[in-house]
Amino acid sequence: MTEQREWPLYEVFVRARRGLSHVHVGSLHAPDAEMALRNARDVYTRRQEGVSLWVIESALITASSPQEKDAFFEPAADKIYRHPTFYEIPDGVEHL
Amino acid sequence: MHGNGSSPVTDVPRSAPPPEVAEPGLEDFWRVVGEDGRVEPRDVMPDDYRASLIRQIAQHAHSEIIGMQPEGEWIGRAPSLRRKAILMAKVQDEAGHGLYLYAAAETLGVDRSELLDKLHDGRQKYSSIFNYPTLTWADIGTIGWLVDGAAIVNQVPLCRCSYGPYARAMIRVCKEESFHQRQGFEALHTLSHGTPAQHAMAQDAVNRWWWPSLMMFGPHDSGAAAGKGHTQRSMAWGIKRFSNDDLRQRFVDMTAPQADALGLTLPDPDLRWNEERGHYDFGEMDFSELYDVIKGNGPCNAERMARRRGAHEAGAWVREAASAYAAKHADRRTAGAA
Repeated sequence: MTEQREWPLYEVFVRARRGLSHVHVGSLHAPDAEMALRNARDVYTRRQEGVSLWVIESALITASSPQEKDAFFEPAADKIYRHPTFYEIPDGVEHL
Repeated sequence: MHGNGSSPVTDVPRSAPPPEVAEPGLEDFWRVVGEDGRVEPRDVMPDDYRASLIRQIAQHAHSEIIGMQPEGEWIGRAPSLRRKAILMAKVQDEAGHGLYLYAAAETLGVDRSELLDKLHDGRQKYSSIFNYPTLTWADIGTIGWLVDGAAIVNQVPLCRCSYGPYARAMIRVCKEESFHQRQGFEALHTLSHGTPAQHAMAQDAVNRWWWPSLMMFGPHDSGAAAGKGHTQRSMAWGIKRFSNDDLRQRFVDMTAPQADALGLTLPDPDLRWNEERGHYDFGEMDFSELYDVIKGNGPCNAERMARRRGAHEAGAWVREAASAYAAKHADRRTAGAA
């Protein structure tokens, strides 16, 4: 029979090699963080995909809501002067 | 004969939302699907889309873990340490593929335990291909070559399917599948170029697995033998990109020349290159057999299910022990912090 309650879900992040940041690769269930780490090794790094692993219980992540996406990210939309291409530079000026 | 006059393999254009589903609140969904974008777990999506994905991903996950059985039976009997190590790695991959897919299904709001319950009591299915027995060592090579080969043809387009977590899981699966197919081809090549008895064993396995592999692509899309599937709907949703018959044709076109390289024949007298179509023609499949297997009358249906339920029950103590260990250490940490 299936156990009464599913183990908590953990999100798994892998650093592919030194110099790169950890990237989300998937999730898995485990009774605790230590087992999550061991299982993540077996599930997500069977072919040397990483040199470092992070796991975090999915429930601990606070995420922005997709429904509020437009309003939430709107403040950045009309500030195109934050991009270098906004500025006009005379022809022939280099290294700028 | 199947194939004559059918259209060439093409990317089917994405259709617009059918009028009945262009309901308010789903504009974003249809815009994303129409732009070939990805739908993510917390986005608004049609209920049918969610339900259909859960069913498809669960069936796919179940197939991965049931698929461990026919090959697992040969780990102890593999003919060399090299083949044994390869087969163990492959069977372990299948468990991993099952996990990626269960995790993808869970992003749609179901529990893995619920899906396993449905597998165990027969409410959800797995691919019928795993209800055939692996009688000889040559079956292992043939499964890698034909069954995994067909799976790859089916799965590569899913790497671009509209549901993000499923597409990402499939990218991982497909990367690993190519090793599965190549190891199978190599094992079969060794046999087919071995003694006459080994060659005969390889040919026998190919004879038995060819037609079931072709039927892995499902029923015809049109005509009298067409299935009552959801191809049109899945295509509108960006889940399915090619018709069953197009994918099957692609598989035959890829595989027929590989059989020549193996020095083996595919058991179809109608199989021949059609210069005009630019594709291989091939014979008609016996779908009555497939439907019989789906209904539960295949050679191994009962055995596979009994083994799966048995493994789940026999593993209960491991899950309980892990939970108890985690609880004990959590208590200690709490006590230490107090």
